[in-house]
Amino acid sequence: MSDVLVVSEHRRGDLRDVSLELLTAGRELADALDGDLHVAVVAGDVERFADELNRPGVDRIHAVENGEEFDHTVYAAAVEELAERVDPAAILTPNSVNGLDYAPAVAERLDVPLVADVLGFEYDAADGLTVTREMYGSKVETTVAVEGDRFCLTVRGGEFVPAEGVGDAEIGSVDVEAPESGARVKGFEEVGGGDVDIADADVLVSVGRGIGEEENLDLVEELADALGATLSSSRPIVDNGWLPKNRQVGQSGKVVTPDVYIAVGISGAVQHVAGMKGSDTIVAINTDPNAPIFDIADYGIVGDLFDVVPELVAEFE
Amino acid sequence: MKVLVTVKEVGEPDDDFEIEGTDIAASDLEYDLNEWDDYAVEAAVQLAEAGIADEVVAVTIGPVRAEETIRMALAKGADRAVRVWDDAFEGTFADVSSKVDVLEAVVDDEEPDLVLGGVQAADTAFGATGVALAERIGFEHAAVVNDLELDADAGVANVHRELEGGIEELTEVDLPAVLTVQTGLNEPRYASLRGIRQAQRKEIAVTELEDLGLSAADVESTLTLTEMYEPESESDAEIIEGDAGEAAGRLAEVLRDKGVDA
Repeated sequence: MSDVLVVSEHRRGDLRDVSLELLTAGRELADALDGDLHVAVVAGDVERFADELNRPGVDRIHAVENGEEFDHTVYAAAVEELAERVDPAAILTPNSVNGLDYAPAVAERLDVPLVADVLGFEYDAADGLTVTREMYGSKVETTVAVEGDRFCLTVRGGEFVPAEGVGDAEIGSVDVEAPESGARVKGFEEVGGGDVDIADADVLVSVGRGIGEEENLDLVEELADALGATLSSSRPIVDNGWLPKNRQVGQSGKVVTPDVYIAVGISGAVQHVAGMKGSDTIVAINTDPNAPIFDIADYGIVGDLFDVVPELVAEFE
Repeated sequence: MKVLVTVKEVGEPDDDFEIEGTDIAASDLEYDLNEWDDYAVEAAVQLAEAGIADEVVAVTIGPVRAEETIRMALAKGADRAVRVWDDAFEGTFADVSSKVDVLEAVVDDEEPDLVLGGVQAADTAFGATGVALAERIGFEHAAVVNDLELDADAGVANVHRELEGGIEELTEVDLPAVLTVQTGLNEPRYASLRGIRQAQRKEIAVTELEDLGLSAADVESTLTLTEMYEPESESDAEIIEGDAGEAAGRLAEVLRDKGVDA
């Protein structure tokens, strides 16, 4: 009982990046535990996905053919079945919207501790498992000691290097009988169409919670106009209904890679950063010198946007 | 139908904060209703206003201080509240299963048809309790719901689940169910003065583990917070100094250098 079971994720025909990152995380943990790395691929074109997941370090891939897309009833049943066969010490799933739709249920069913949104971990036989994770909106990092020798971790995307190369894993198929699902997927909807595609912009002025009130948006609109830039935003602005969904940058919005990204009053939550970290030049204007946005910024002004932005507009008028 | 809303009081750190032991100093935290739960409360109250829900009960696991927060849920329209606390939780880092032990017992007492809660708590950011609870109590579930239509006659909730990358999954969920609610699902109301006054008269049942048939051993956590620290800044940002005018001037130079100009 020292093996690791990684559960891969795919959507609408594509393996998601986090799946390959989990192979790296899973191999590291399997090495520490002195065990094998098992990988589960559930639903969809499992043969093709299994080939893609066959990277060095993977010992065995379990292909569970059952349906096309994610269904938490099927995933939970498949992971439970594989956990019984493999008897893993650790189950690793992505800390994704779908990962969080089945991993907590699986941990509950198997009666093992769950740690969510894991950034890293250390294991040694004497002290057991210690994981690293954030709290308070990324303002602090913590270490958490996990009791016992079995656990389930949901691992944050972008924290481990994706596994590369071609491996020689054994690939087998596993039949899983899942009960009829009480949550039936009827389809998908792409959101964020509309007048403008922020992903096409060379320069983005992006506004966040720091703007305070809807009427203050005029200020950043003026800046965008003065710079010949497109206006985008972080999530709270869209949640408040101040800008349409197609302006939202981040994990659940658009991923953008402009030449210049100017973050105004955006603290830089991980979900936001996931959507803009590939920008060539990042500028941040924020009152909080400890805001995580400064960690990825190339240029920063620690100051009140209501003082700085009008001055910046004046510079370009 | 009866709706149970799980709410949590969370601390938002000030810009400058000190870490004491393995938590942020209480004096550097502003306590408030968890943002995600605010949307869950609103969804429940809207169901009541639409005549779909007969009763909305808010439940929290939290110390006396959390009463202010749960009172806020009452002011917004929840009918009554249950606050569970016990010395056994003091100073511990509760794991998912311990919270589920408590919530399961509350569900046994209340027998709701629908449980709503936020996707995650802003402080601990696990995002796991709702789905684990559903598994324990035999309810169906959906995580990260940003659109909800309840068809009580058909016994289903039609939801959108907000996946990554601007894709929503359209799912029909059998009731009874636990739904974890994403921000943006609705527009949470502000508590009216009348609501705040009414909330003073609403019941908050203070409940200890013993009242729920549980003991301290039941909620012993498998997790221990061993360290908390400020992450080392990986910043290599050039911080532009000076007053607003000077800083804007220097930034304008930088931007022009990068080819920005109207």
